[in-house]
Amino acid sequence: MKTPTRRQFLKTTSLVAGAAALGSALPFSAARAAGLTIGFIYVGPKDDYGYNQAHAEGAAAVKAMEGVTVVEEENVAETVDVQKSMESMINFDGASLLFPTSFGYFDPHILALAPKYPDVRFEHCGGLWSADKHPKNTGSYFGYIGMGQFLNGIAAGHATKSKKIGFVAAKPIPQVLLNINSFLLGARTVDPSITCQVIFTGEWSLAVKEAEATNALADQGVDVVTCHVDGPKVVMETAAGRGMYLCGYHANQSPLAPDKYLTGAEWNWANVYTGMVKTVQSGGTIPNFVRGGLAEGFIKMSPLGPAVSDAARKQFTETHDAIMKGNYAVINGPMKDNKGNVIATAGQSFVETDVALESMDYLVDGVIGSTS
Amino acid sequence: MTGADIGWWGVPLAILGGAIRVSTPFLFVSLGECLTERSGRINLGLEGTLVFGAMSGYAVAYETNSAWLGVLAAAIAGSMFGLFHGWICKLPRVNDIAIGIALMLFGMGLAFFFGKPYIQPVAPDLPAFEFGAWSSLPQMQAALKVNVLFLVGIVLAIAMAWMFRATRLGLTIRVVGDSTDSARALGINPDLVRLLATGAGGALAGVAGAYLSLYYPGSWNEGISSGQGLMAVALVIFARWNPINCFWAALMFGGAGALGPALQSVGVSQGYYLFYAAPYVLTLVVLVATSSGRGLLASAPGSLSITK
Amino acid sequence: MSADITAETPAKGTSLQLGHILRRAEPIIISLIAMLAGLALFGLFLLAVGKSPITFYELVYKAGFGSAFSWQNTLSRAAPLLLSALCVALPARLGLVVIGGEGAIVLGGVAAGAAGMYLPGLPGAIGIAAMMIAAAIAGGAWIGAVGAMRHYRGVNETISSLLMAYIAIALMNHLVEGPLRDPASLNKPSTAPIEAAYRIGEMPFLGTHWGLGLGVLACIACWVLIDRTSWGFAARIAGGNTRAAEVQGLPVGRLVIGFTALGGALAGLAGMMEVAAVHGSANASLAAGYGYTGILIAFLARHNPLAIIPVALLLAGFEASSGLVQRRLDLPDATVLVLQGFVFITILLSETAYGRFKLFRPDEWRRK
Repeated sequence: MKTPTRRQFLKTTSLVAGAAALGSALPFSAARAAGLTIGFIYVGPKDDYGYNQAHAEGAAAVKAMEGVTVVEEENVAETVDVQKSMESMINFDGASLLFPTSFGYFDPHILALAPKYPDVRFEHCGGLWSADKHPKNTGSYFGYIGMGQFLNGIAAGHATKSKKIGFVAAKPIPQVLLNINSFLLGARTVDPSITCQVIFTGEWSLAVKEAEATNALADQGVDVVTCHVDGPKVVMETAAGRGMYLCGYHANQSPLAPDKYLTGAEWNWANVYTGMVKTVQSGGTIPNFVRGGLAEGFIKMSPLGPAVSDAARKQFTETHDAIMKGNYAVINGPMKDNKGNVIATAGQSFVETDVALESMDYLVDGVIGSTS
Repeated sequence: MTGADIGWWGVPLAILGGAIRVSTPFLFVSLGECLTERSGRINLGLEGTLVFGAMSGYAVAYETNSAWLGVLAAAIAGSMFGLFHGWICKLPRVNDIAIGIALMLFGMGLAFFFGKPYIQPVAPDLPAFEFGAWSSLPQMQAALKVNVLFLVGIVLAIAMAWMFRATRLGLTIRVVGDSTDSARALGINPDLVRLLATGAGGALAGVAGAYLSLYYPGSWNEGISSGQGLMAVALVIFARWNPINCFWAALMFGGAGALGPALQSVGVSQGYYLFYAAPYVLTLVVLVATSSGRGLLASAPGSLSITK
Repeated sequence: MSADITAETPAKGTSLQLGHILRRAEPIIISLIAMLAGLALFGLFLLAVGKSPITFYELVYKAGFGSAFSWQNTLSRAAPLLLSALCVALPARLGLVVIGGEGAIVLGGVAAGAAGMYLPGLPGAIGIAAMMIAAAIAGGAWIGAVGAMRHYRGVNETISSLLMAYIAIALMNHLVEGPLRDPASLNKPSTAPIEAAYRIGEMPFLGTHWGLGLGVLACIACWVLIDRTSWGFAARIAGGNTRAAEVQGLPVGRLVIGFTALGGALAGLAGMMEVAAVHGSANASLAAGYGYTGILIAFLARHNPLAIIPVALLLAGFEASSGLVQRRLDLPDATVLVLQGFVFITILLSETAYGRFKLFRPDEWRRK
């Protein structure tokens, strides 16, 4: 509350810098680096214990860097709203690097704006950028978080007694399906008889339905649960209340139920964002298609909880190390989906970097649920 | 060991458990609105009151470490919104429906504005009775874990029905609701009655919010309510302004809402959006089937603007 | 009485005209004063939380109305609100409170997306017309059904329209993730993108899509319908007293179903515009809450289609400023909701002042 003057000052300098940048067309990396303004846009509240919080933590790390101004907006809908928010950041704050973090922002919103502002860089989380279809000043980045769910699955596989694990999911889209499949396949490395029950809530954020879904899983004897919704807090608290073990997602939820929390697949956007900003500051360009996993520091695992057994700890650490070496494959043939279709023939495997995984449309054998 | 494999038996059990868990906010809001509407005024803004109640209840529970103080705070905050609504609508030519919608926005705005610091902390939960302790099935135990507020709601519904039927207070409210002029002729101050009825209705909506944030699902965030307050106002019309019917309507609505997740958990997973719409479809079907002819609903308070 | 009139004949014409103007001006002037009062009250609220109201309003002006971009921002946000407010205002003429316009918007959007998908290869204008017709039919049927249930079964339209809105959103989700899903729409389930020829572009100079133009035209047309035609006149009579209207032989049923269906059709067109001008396909982003915002606008405009235009602009301007306020003043995004709450409550509250000021009643000036 006492900072407006300083903020105001920063704003004016960045405006000047932005105007200079727009005026001087292409080679201005040095001028711009002096006062780089970066905009972050979130689809929900930035302290949701989940997706948006993970990004906001990354933005906070960028904020701490020298020579940058960070502007943020939360609860921005995937409509004309986000287009205007981006334009407002460009026009009023002189932002030249934007991180609109929700998947739905890309097509059509970023694609509508990028040609209009060729000097602004639009970095989008999760999209599939391709050189022949998309503008050069847009880019996409994402992390192989399915690997984190695979490790979650290993912890879950050791913890489950009923041999039923559960997954509360928002919508049957490739990113979610990959997580569900990885979670079960991780558990099946412990015991191939384990099954995974999935319940789709249909919305990214719908508290009561998420709680009901968790209860329904508990009623079916599921005893380890994870989720892929925007804010996992409700699922975690409800599951802990029903005595289930938890595997986190997006951010570290262990403070919500320390005794029941096994581990969690977390984003490490702080590392990714500071890296990208450094690239821009030093005059370089961020590649249009950026991906990374555990090894690249895009994702990380929550520290293992007290409920994790020694055997689980051992297998977890070994697999973690193997994934760190790269080229790890979760889908190894022969494998069928839960409708009996072959998804991988004998000897065929899909390593973590395989782009085919990003258009996944099946649930593997052993997952109880349907993709539509 | 989390117990036996109960398969399809999970569905009726989930509906029972869901009816108990999910219905309470609907019950409280609809009882509050029932009281308000019986006095001849409509408060469409209870959704905002509920959300503000959820926030203030959670915040106070966290700060004082007492869930019950949180409920009290939510009730007080709710009554403030109600009294404010009642006071404005007392003025001539003011449209109560429009004010309700503006207050809904206002309540949600204030709740989100002041609620930011309370999204992260964990507040204490409201206690529940373990009525399922006799059963060895954990599923049954969970389904019959009944929150105190649910029981309070039942008592309140019965008491309110009795009040309308048999007490002087109830009669006063009904007279005011049916005709402002005859109330005046009887020496009753209709504005005062409506003011208090709206205030009490707001208090109940505030408690409904506290149930959401302090028990089920039991945390404060901006998506905590998915329209329960708005829907509960509509359920009052469905329940024909009868508190006992409000209870059944809330129960039906809560139970039908549990159907979607429960069916998926036993493997009926296609078209889940349509199962999720079950409470709305069911309510609409019942409404169409039980309404007849046209014009005024016989049980509607005469001076209610929405039923003209 | 008659002696009075003859005595005042020379002055009559001008005084009547002045009286007419002043009476028309009354709601405008009172609303403006009320709005200023609301803004002032919100200023006090800001002071109480330690922020500068002057900086705040500077930012609101700058971001909502202060530059060409700001106007684009405001106008783009207003576009869908005009049509969705009409979905409330038209049935309100008959005394019906319809709050489920959101349902018509999303289904109109889905119908438009489906029409675009299943009718490829037509000339642009015909393709767009087909999408518009599909959207209008879907939205009109949805809200028209609300009117029909009201008329034939006595089902309260407020509750049925709300239920229908929830059902519509479920149906939309089911369709775009199931039968109508384009398999290529990986992480954002949508219908197939409509062809470029079917896309609707921007209006000249405004930087805003044609949905705004359609909305303004619709507001004017609805005003003509209500104020200048016998249908509108009949609707107002039926809204005032259904029984009397029936005794006079007015077709109440046709009016109820017609007005609700027309409102729904317009809301459906709002959904179609979102698909054709903004999203390019139908998906869950259609449920953006425009239908609910429209309720508030219609009530603030006192269900006058012409008044909907400035009210929608005001609301859109506030929303357009939300981002800048968040960024510059470090205020939460809900700040604009609180601001809207203050302003709208004072405006609605000011209706109680109507008729209290002699200023607006020149014919009463001379009589003491």
